[in-house]
Amino acid sequence: MEEHKSHIIDYLTQIKVWVALVIFTLITVATAEVDFAMLTVAVALTIASVKSILVLLYFMHLKFESRILNLFVIVVMLVFLAMIVFTFFDYIFRLSHGS
Amino acid sequence: MNTNNSPSAHVHRDDEAQKMGMWFFLFTELLLFGGLFLVYSIYRFKNPDAFAHGAKELNVVLGAINTIVLLTSSLTAALSITAIQKGQKKLALGLVLFTIFCALIFLVNKYFEWGHKFEIGIYPGSDLLRAIPRGEALFFVLYYFMTGLHAIHVIVGAIILGFMARYIQTGLINSDYYVLLENGALYWHLVDLIWIFLFPLLYLIH
Repeated sequence: MEEHKSHIIDYLTQIKVWVALVIFTLITVATAEVDFAMLTVAVALTIASVKSILVLLYFMHLKFESRILNLFVIVVMLVFLAMIVFTFFDYIFRLSHGS
Repeated sequence: MNTNNSPSAHVHRDDEAQKMGMWFFLFTELLLFGGLFLVYSIYRFKNPDAFAHGAKELNVVLGAINTIVLLTSSLTAALSITAIQKGQKKLALGLVLFTIFCALIFLVNKYFEWGHKFEIGIYPGSDLLRAIPRGEALFFVLYYFMTGLHAIHVIVGAIILGFMARYIQTGLINSDYYVLLENGALYWHLVDLIWIFLFPLLYLIH
């Protein structure tokens, strides 16, 4: 029979993660008022990415999952990013060069 | 279905594979929203001022409150797994029920937010949306589509968690077998993850 018990994350760790997430939310709301010009979107997306990494690692337990599952998630994220970024720039490139 | 009650029974199950299956499903969900994010990015690039102007119409305070409500519900969903692992059945049940409660708060906030927009004539197909510049109308259509699709996921997530609460009650989910709860929580966290990106993109960037 296989071992079914997985790592137990204690309550306190998860509450700390939640506090960090709330702080990041407040930061992102506060920085929205500041004009970083071209960087506004980058700042907002960076904070969102940090938040989602926290959720993935702790709330979704990825930190304590098998290596293969982590590898799957990383590969899918890269494909996902490539899909969005490449398609976006492809479109923009065609747009700026007319057709 | 559950043979855990007799200790001598040989249990055929693979929690790891069940979780992996759930992750594969989440990947497809990610791509579904990914397409929408792409559409949003391109239209935003083409109509930067109209999108910035449209975003100012959205209620940042309500959006921020809903973000914190969802983050809190994600925390309680994650805590419920710890509780069930430690065999604290009542606590686990309470945490799952609280998560569902947060889902309802989120939807009530959404109802007031959308209700206000409808009152001032901003809704897909309204006369106002036909009269304002096309870029701005696009922003609101995307706003309704993306938050609407997300709200459907919130409703589905709440129903899934409702089943989880029932299963904890009946003992189908217990300190030895809790992969169902883990998968239910994974779905809920995905709903949270998507909102983490929707909130700044729709409400904050202007």
